[in-house]
Amino acid sequence: MNAQPIIEVAEPRQLPSTSDSASASRAATPALEICGLSKTFTLGGGLFKRGRTLGAVSDVSLRIPRGQVMGLVGESGCGKSTLAKMLLGLTTPSDGDVLVDGRPVRDADQKALARHIQPIFQDPYSSLNPRKRIAQIVGLPLRVHGIGTPREQRARIAETLDVVGLPRRAAEQFPGQLSGGQRQRVAIARALIMRPDIVICDEPTSALDVSVQAQILNLLLDLKAEFGLTYLFISHDLAVVEHLVDRVAVMYLGRIVEEGTREQIFGSPRHPYTRALLDSALTPEPGMGVPDIGLGDATPDPSDPPAGCAFHPRCPKAQAACRQQRPRLEDIRSDNARVACHLA
Amino acid sequence: MTTSSVSPTASSASTPGTGLGEIPLQPPAWSRVTRRLFGHRGLAIGLIVVGLAILIAIFAPLLAPHDPYHQDIANRMVPPVWHDKGSWEHVLGTDKLGRDTLSRLLFGTRISLTIGLVVALISGVIGTTLGVLAGYFGGRVDAVISYVITTRLAMPVVLVALALASLTGGSLTTVIVLLGLLLWDRFAVVSRSVTQQMRDAEYVYAARTLGCSLPYILLREVLPNIAGSLIVVMTLEMAHAILLEATLSFLGMGVQPPLPSWGLMVAEGKAYMFFQPWVIAIPGIALFVLVLAINLLGDGLRDLNAPGGRN
Repeated sequence: MNAQPIIEVAEPRQLPSTSDSASASRAATPALEICGLSKTFTLGGGLFKRGRTLGAVSDVSLRIPRGQVMGLVGESGCGKSTLAKMLLGLTTPSDGDVLVDGRPVRDADQKALARHIQPIFQDPYSSLNPRKRIAQIVGLPLRVHGIGTPREQRARIAETLDVVGLPRRAAEQFPGQLSGGQRQRVAIARALIMRPDIVICDEPTSALDVSVQAQILNLLLDLKAEFGLTYLFISHDLAVVEHLVDRVAVMYLGRIVEEGTREQIFGSPRHPYTRALLDSALTPEPGMGVPDIGLGDATPDPSDPPAGCAFHPRCPKAQAACRQQRPRLEDIRSDNARVACHLA
Repeated sequence: MTTSSVSPTASSASTPGTGLGEIPLQPPAWSRVTRRLFGHRGLAIGLIVVGLAILIAIFAPLLAPHDPYHQDIANRMVPPVWHDKGSWEHVLGTDKLGRDTLSRLLFGTRISLTIGLVVALISGVIGTTLGVLAGYFGGRVDAVISYVITTRLAMPVVLVALALASLTGGSLTTVIVLLGLLLWDRFAVVSRSVTQQMRDAEYVYAARTLGCSLPYILLREVLPNIAGSLIVVMTLEMAHAILLEATLSFLGMGVQPPLPSWGLMVAEGKAYMFFQPWVIAIPGIALFVLVLAINLLGDGLRDLNAPGGRN
């Protein structure tokens, strides 16, 4: 009878050793892995007629290692935000899987997912409920997940407001009383209060003034260092991306056309679309005018994508093969970069 | 002539002095102030009149000088006090059965307000539920609910209410249930369109990402933001229901005699319209004032409830 409690005490002692090996493999698995993710929408269908299909995201695969920032760039309507919604569990993927810490989220429930992935949205004027006080907004995750007593929640809210650089009196204010930059800090506080591993930033600075953008970006970098966060940073502002990210994925018409480190993408882009995208970035010098990127104005229809390489109607170097065969996203260099182009 | 020639030069001399910056700012600022003043004035008038009506409804037994049901055949069709033959015994006169008009008017407030409030609540719950669901889910749900709304809009309220009331027999309860089941269309249309705008608000996405339940999102994130529009619709529907009750009672299919409904009072007085016009004018004016006050109240509440007005 006396021996039993000893065994019971001894048993948990073994657990740390197994979890040690688990954490070792945990460091090796990417924080977020996207495997062949696709989303197809149906357009224009009514009660009795079928609509056309639109592939918003097609066969996207990405690995984001722990503690890194992956930039996702591309023009409007290329599927960046749909991808973000699928990662957040807001939209069900038509095909493919998302793995968080090596575990598929397909069967996980939304609350379990919410503890790992949190969003920061584009428009801080739309992302905060105008009828709620800041403390209610920031504390919502704690209340929904039933974390802590009301007193502990208040302490956590105050602490989180400190972390994102908001004054404590902001807790009792309404979103309408804050500036755009302050509102985005509130949105960041709400995303971080549950200490997620991964933050999906969907154009977090595009609605802000340029002077405020830098503050928010630096805050995001500080928070990443402090909490060991992993970011998927969606943007069409290449200057912002270059400032922040470790790796960049370029998306065109629902597919990833090039992926590599920041130096590879910004220094030696391989895909003609990436080059055009880099050329299209506006420089601060006055009098330069809008750059001519030589793409023409044949903007593609996502519900009727061109055959072959989806980019060929706009590509200055398109050849016969580009019109017939879609290039696969292949490892093109030894250093872990990928590009989908026949000519690269 | 000299004064008129002096004043323009004085004003033109003073305007540059007051500063060029003020000139473009002044008209919008001034109109904003007047608009706010008028808005608040309407709210104040509406609040006072509706508040008075509620007090009258509650304290009608204390305020009424006579029993509203007591018939005094000897004193039929007594004119109001300002008339030559009027007396302070019956301030607003008596009807064809000798019942005191003032007392019946005071008790009638109870019926009108009850009908307005209960009908607006019933139809508000039905219409808002349908509208929010249609707006939030969209797609098939929206198609089905929109079909139901269209079907309802195709029905003429008065005719349908008359037909149904004639089947069941008119009574206060019948009127409330019928109007409650018929007047939800505006709630549904308004809440549907406002919810549609809200469905893609990023704070709704944020709540969904957190795993908030659907009732939480609809009741706590969406509903507070559409409450302003719903309050305005609610006051409109209250006024609408009060008028429809009067219509149905006038047509004999609403509140039944001897209950002191304003619509019934108008109906009972219509035979005397040409020679004793006050019999019909007094309840008519009461209806008009109450409905106007409720609408003023709704407009004022909307102004206050707008997110911009909160700060």
